[in-house]
Amino acid sequence: MIKIKKGIPLIDQHDKNFLYAKKFGGNFVPETLKKPIEDLTQLFEKLRYNKKFLKQRDYYFDNYIGAPTPFVKLQNLTRHLNGADIWAKVVSEANGGAHKIYNATVHCLIAKKAGKKYIVGDTGAGYAGKMLSMAAKKFGLKCKIFMGAKDIKRQKPNVDAIRRNGAEIVPVYSGSQTLVEAVSECMRYWVSNCDSTHMCVGSTVGPNIFVKICAWSTAQISRELKNQMTNVFGKIPQKVKLINCVGGGSSAMGFWSEFMDYSPIQIEFIGVEAGGPKNSKLHAAPLTNNAKIGILHGAKQYVVQDKEGQISETESISAGLDYPGISPLHCFLKDTKRARYTSATDEEALAAYQLVTKLEDISPSLEPSHAFAEAIKLAPKLNPSNIIVVNSCGDSLKDKFIIKKRLGSYIR
Amino acid sequence: MISKILKTFLECQKEQRPALLTYTVAGDSTKKQSLEIIKSIAEHADIIELGFPHNTPVADGGQIQESSHRALKNGIKLPDVFHIVKDFKQSKHAKPLILMGYFNLILQYGPLAFLKQCKKVGVDGLIVVDLPYPENKSFADQCKLHNVTFVQLLSPTTSKKRIKKIIKDSHDMIYYISMLSTTGGKLKVSPKKILSNYNKIKNINSKKNLVIGFGITTKTIATLKKADGLVVGSQLCKEITRSLQIRQNPVTNLGRMVLNLKRKII
Ligand SMILES: Cc1ncc(COP(=O)(O)O)c(C=O)c1O
Repeated sequence: MIKIKKGIPLIDQHDKNFLYAKKFGGNFVPETLKKPIEDLTQLFEKLRYNKKFLKQRDYYFDNYIGAPTPFVKLQNLTRHLNGADIWAKVVSEANGGAHKIYNATVHCLIAKKAGKKYIVGDTGAGYAGKMLSMAAKKFGLKCKIFMGAKDIKRQKPNVDAIRRNGAEIVPVYSGSQTLVEAVSECMRYWVSNCDSTHMCVGSTVGPNIFVKICAWSTAQISRELKNQMTNVFGKIPQKVKLINCVGGGSSAMGFWSEFMDYSPIQIEFIGVEAGGPKNSKLHAAPLTNNAKIGILHGAKQYVVQDKEGQISETESISAGLDYPGISPLHCFLKDTKRARYTSATDEEALAAYQLVTKLEDISPSLEPSHAFAEAIKLAPKLNPSNIIVVNSCGDSLKDKFIIKKRLGSYIR
Repeated sequence: MISKILKTFLECQKEQRPALLTYTVAGDSTKKQSLEIIKSIAEHADIIELGFPHNTPVADGGQIQESSHRALKNGIKLPDVFHIVKDFKQSKHAKPLILMGYFNLILQYGPLAFLKQCKKVGVDGLIVVDLPYPENKSFADQCKLHNVTFVQLLSPTTSKKRIKKIIKDSHDMIYYISMLSTTGGKLKVSPKKILSNYNKIKNINSKKNLVIGFGITTKTIATLKKADGLVVGSQLCKEITRSLQIRQNPVTNLGRMVLNLKRKII
């Protein structure tokens, strides 16, 4: 039976081959990338313990990203559902409007330390791309964003933002024309340009070092939350559920990491994957649907695939969750039962967006709406001593065209 | 007993020329045609590399992606690939054959079952693009036990220390990636520079057969003929695409192209 070790950051609980629980993660990459990955690994290991670098990080987190993001009670939703006490961590208040800014900022800081002038990244919902282009501009790096052609169409507000930030968008036309292809194309670009260019992977996926950097960056969310909960409740309450959507899993890792060593009875982690359209076999929920372990983008993970090992097509209304794989860290949390994973359908996410937007001052994008869908299911069954916190990690504005098409109108 | 791959290199050395290796994708554009293509190529090439396609190839450029896409659209599966190899190995111009692809397909098939099948149909070697050293250690050992050559890859970014380790763990053939690129990129490094890197590797162990691949075409192949072997892939895949577009027979066109490549290095 594999176990999570206490007192050691989850990202560091791998073996010498960078595998968690001997079976998730690793570096299954072309030979050409071995060296740049090794260099980046060494640099990051140095920087993460360097006081000056940490000070610099904290400075940008406080003054550029804006810390802390609000922790608010959802009074009306709580009353409406008449069960658990429902709160939100409004990460969409961070500069740029989503958690992707943490990873993007840290990658730019690292790229500067590595002496790189160019930075490239993938994006699905367009947030990772928007944030990387924003941070690149701030730090004076030239930026290219790889994005599936389908996502370019469905996430126009973020596409416009990327262009305004002066980054080049490289449309990817292969396969599904979504995030999975964008990540592949970005990795290919890095294979050809790794001498001059730094690569940022937009979530806690990819070769091990990218999983680590990303989770280390988003951890800011749970550092803040721990303080905020202590301030509000006087201590960390006895029955808390932290509900987060998972695509690659970066926002969930960041939302949970500081609470890893609490007992699951006190702090339960619930990850919500994209279940896809209600009456469709297609989904983007490898953990919920017991997908087999395979290799995707350099890492072993549960991945939606066919019997042969071809990566399967996925479908979700939410571009940010529309990815066949999942972070090795979440595979590890699933196997150790530290977290529980479920999914919400497109329709449930839309309904959750609608309800939360109607009742509250926040308006979650379609990704966190998946998490809200689970909160809405659970809350009525629980009594008020249970506290549900949802990570509202994106704003519906970027989805206004999709929502208008599906619901007839868009309100925020 | 020496392997067929090693024997081929020794014969080419006797003729004082590099071995010519070709890469095409199994099932491109149909199962039958891809078999005909390698049969036709094998009249002039020394070692045949055959790709088993994956739909998320992180190291392939446009041409090979297109070939893989066509093959997958035609429903190619591993059992078909093994079938093609078996037929090829029983044909008149049979040559050593190396299968090339991504590790997930092998993982899902079961690495041991995969190797048993390789041995059964006569696969001589394997290149697994995303299984670098040291991740490949145990699989490479299993290959050896099954008399299948595991081809280690080296690239311009590989450190000297690492090169030494990889060479020590290598079998009958090593593959040097000429430049920082996916497959199908234009040769962006001078042949002189490539050969200088090549010689650095050879100086560590001159006995190992080292082939150069990536960016090699009819235009560039002659400049690199000092190597033990040269691999041409994307140009052939591109020629299949072109032949299909203008409704010509890829089998004859590729046969002719490989003959032309051969003429440039003898
Ligand atoms: C707002 C938002 N939430 C969630 C995600 C999913 O990614 P992750 O699981 O890495 O947080 C995305 C990805 O684009 C996103 O934009």
